[in-house]
Amino acid sequence: MLYARLILMRLLKAIVVLLLIIVFNFVLIQLAPGDPAAILAGEAGASDEQFLQQLRERFGLDQPLYVQLWEYVSGIATLDFGYSYRQQMPVLDLILERLPATLLLTGTAFVLSLGLGILAGAMAAKRAKRVSGSVIMAIALLFYATPLFWVALMAVVLFSVYLDWLPAYGMFTVGAELTGWAHVLDVAKHLILPATTLGLFFMAIYTRMTRAPMLDAAQQDFVKTARAKGLKSGVIQRRHILRNALLPIITLAGLQAGQMVGGAILTETVFAWPGIGRLMYEALMQRDYNLLLGIFFFSAALVILFNIVTDLVYRLADPRIKEAT
Amino acid sequence: MKMPFIAALAGLSLLNSSVISAQEGNDQTPQHGGVIDTIIQPEPPGLVLGMIQNAPTRTVAGNIYEGLLRYTTDLEPTPQLAESWDVSDDGLTYTFHLRDDVTWHDGEPFTAEDVVFSADVFHRELNPSARAVLQHVETIEAADDHTVVFTLKQPFGPFLLSFEAGTFTMVPEHIYAGTDFRENEANNHPIGTGPFEFESWDRGTVIKLTRNEDYYQDDLPYLDGINWHIIPDGASRAIAYENGTVDVLPYGTVENFDIPRLTAMDNTCVSDKGHEYFSPFAMLWMNNREGPTADKRFRQAVMYAMDREFARDVLWNGMGKVPLGAFGSNARFQNESLSPYDHNPDRARELLDDMGYDGEEVTLLPLPYGETWNRWAEAVQQNLKEVGINVRTEATDVGGWNQRLGDWDFDLAFTYLYQYGDPALGISRTYLSDNIEKGSPWNNVEGYENAEVDDLFARAATAHPDSEREALYHDVQEILQEDVPVGWLLELGFPTIYRCNVKNLITSGVGVNDGFKDAWIDQ
Repeated sequence: MLYARLILMRLLKAIVVLLLIIVFNFVLIQLAPGDPAAILAGEAGASDEQFLQQLRERFGLDQPLYVQLWEYVSGIATLDFGYSYRQQMPVLDLILERLPATLLLTGTAFVLSLGLGILAGAMAAKRAKRVSGSVIMAIALLFYATPLFWVALMAVVLFSVYLDWLPAYGMFTVGAELTGWAHVLDVAKHLILPATTLGLFFMAIYTRMTRAPMLDAAQQDFVKTARAKGLKSGVIQRRHILRNALLPIITLAGLQAGQMVGGAILTETVFAWPGIGRLMYEALMQRDYNLLLGIFFFSAALVILFNIVTDLVYRLADPRIKEAT
Repeated sequence: MKMPFIAALAGLSLLNSSVISAQEGNDQTPQHGGVIDTIIQPEPPGLVLGMIQNAPTRTVAGNIYEGLLRYTTDLEPTPQLAESWDVSDDGLTYTFHLRDDVTWHDGEPFTAEDVVFSADVFHRELNPSARAVLQHVETIEAADDHTVVFTLKQPFGPFLLSFEAGTFTMVPEHIYAGTDFRENEANNHPIGTGPFEFESWDRGTVIKLTRNEDYYQDDLPYLDGINWHIIPDGASRAIAYENGTVDVLPYGTVENFDIPRLTAMDNTCVSDKGHEYFSPFAMLWMNNREGPTADKRFRQAVMYAMDREFARDVLWNGMGKVPLGAFGSNARFQNESLSPYDHNPDRARELLDDMGYDGEEVTLLPLPYGETWNRWAEAVQQNLKEVGINVRTEATDVGGWNQRLGDWDFDLAFTYLYQYGDPALGISRTYLSDNIEKGSPWNNVEGYENAEVDDLFARAATAHPDSEREALYHDVQEILQEDVPVGWLLELGFPTIYRCNVKNLITSGVGVNDGFKDAWIDQ
């Protein structure tokens, strides 16, 4: 009952926030230099006024701004996200077509970084006074500090060019026409490099975020008590120390999960992964406003959704957190 | 059989490609089979040529669609959908005799009605470059099923150069007539007459074309299909060639600084042919309206200050030509007696002293098309600083660049334009004063106004015969050479990089867009 009310309240707030975001994005985008019709015409090398006029009329760009905004917002209410100027397709179709690829990539990276990050952090905490613990932290710091695109390029040079173990780009082998398990395996092979690249940064953060609170919790009285009553070291690590160190990790996981739609621009570009991030980058460059606003909307909705989920997970992880809305 | 014609073109292309293919011999017989993996960059917005005319669409769809004519690398027209053509003595009536054995990819026959519909209805509504030609046309009529007659209002010298697949694309009347062209379902599955048919398009990944089994030219095409990979990152595109995933890198797919590394690979050939029709010509817009660039002496000084040979040799790997003046070497009627602007910093300083240049800062906009153009802007900036011109470069993205040029908000700016083989198609537009209009980066952006130049260009476009045109164009070049409305940087040479066992890859003056028709793989 309590949860139901909480979720309802949050959803109502979310709608207001989303509406504000739509209006804000719409206005912001109008401030960018560059007229979409001129860019489309420029790409076609055409300088003919009739061509520009046709484009503006076709996409409603000749209407006053408030009319365009109203048309846009009322369109979204009926799940009509408009039409992409450049890709010549409805925005919703474009986004839905690209969404699975992005979710596969970011989802894999999410699970990978969360799992391995916590594991490495816990190990580093347990071995805090040993060399192996320092080595883990040094590696984590290295991944934390290295730019993503550089890691991506180096991974390609090493694993695709020199060793030839993994494909350098794409989501599947073009021309191989694989089906069934062979196809799944093929996609999995293509997924390894981009997912790892994307996951490394967050993995490093999780490692650091796990280690520090665990060391902190290990000094607490309840741990001494647990040790005194004769619990095994592994059980103390998992049930008492790790669980008390979880809250910051959940916060961060909520943030990372919120970025699942729009957070992979660089990785998708370098690895030619056919996802939303690339679509967004291209839309920005081509001033494809409808498409850009559509992607912004989906990203914002996902961030809000995961904020709600994070709040719920807090309550599960730590029953002391009570109604605070 | 069209073999002699093809063989002649094959000879041409072999001469132009590198030594290895020349050694392997001229008398190989083409083999059937094989799929070519190549790259298209950036991903095209759609594939219906005539509706969309940007470069990537032309490159892919030039294999699906055809025009009435094709052009040699010397820009001589050769038969394509039209078997032959006659031009009346007064230069007003053009009669095209069409092949009678051509079918669309859906099996319907191609007839004169399709030509009339394409030119008179479809392109008139959708296609700005075709519209520019159509304004000279009085009527387009089908005399019978396989004869089309174009009647012009006045003679138009470059008319025969307008029938390339990307300008007057032939589109099927039975699919488009009476529909909303842009909303037509068939746009997702383009239907042409070309050697390859559309198979599939995984957005963001690959466009696949497959062999047209019913193609009207015997034996052609040799390839079973073409896969156009879509790879957004330049470094990844270079790697795709290095690790063997793709075999052909068309123009513009890799950064210039990667080219020496790639061409040094085994079994790799390179050619800068196939651009003769477009003749991409890099220029430096100079604002003729205000600031120091409004002074002719300043513009001349810029020409003397720039080391264009350095730019070609270092930034463009030695490809391309330093132009003499406004007319590229592929354009008709080039006046070869003009005195060139050589690299002469002393002369530049003299001119600046003479005009009393006070060191006022000028802005320079690089072309936002990648690293090469940024470096080029740096090189020019350095050249200009050497003679005492105070330059500040301002980086923009494509949208911002379009806007700045459209609003005339620049002093100096890089660009490149296609010359389309004839001054009336691709050159006069830069200098005609009635082509000054805000909002486009492709018209007379620099704001040059000269009534004499306007008059000469106007008369030359409609003069008849060619000897008369030539005299007029030679005069106009003299004036432009003196006035320097814009800086003439480089006739660009864009390389196509490919495995040497891919043969006959570029066989026409639009070869980068229609080359796979004749290509074959030596297996």
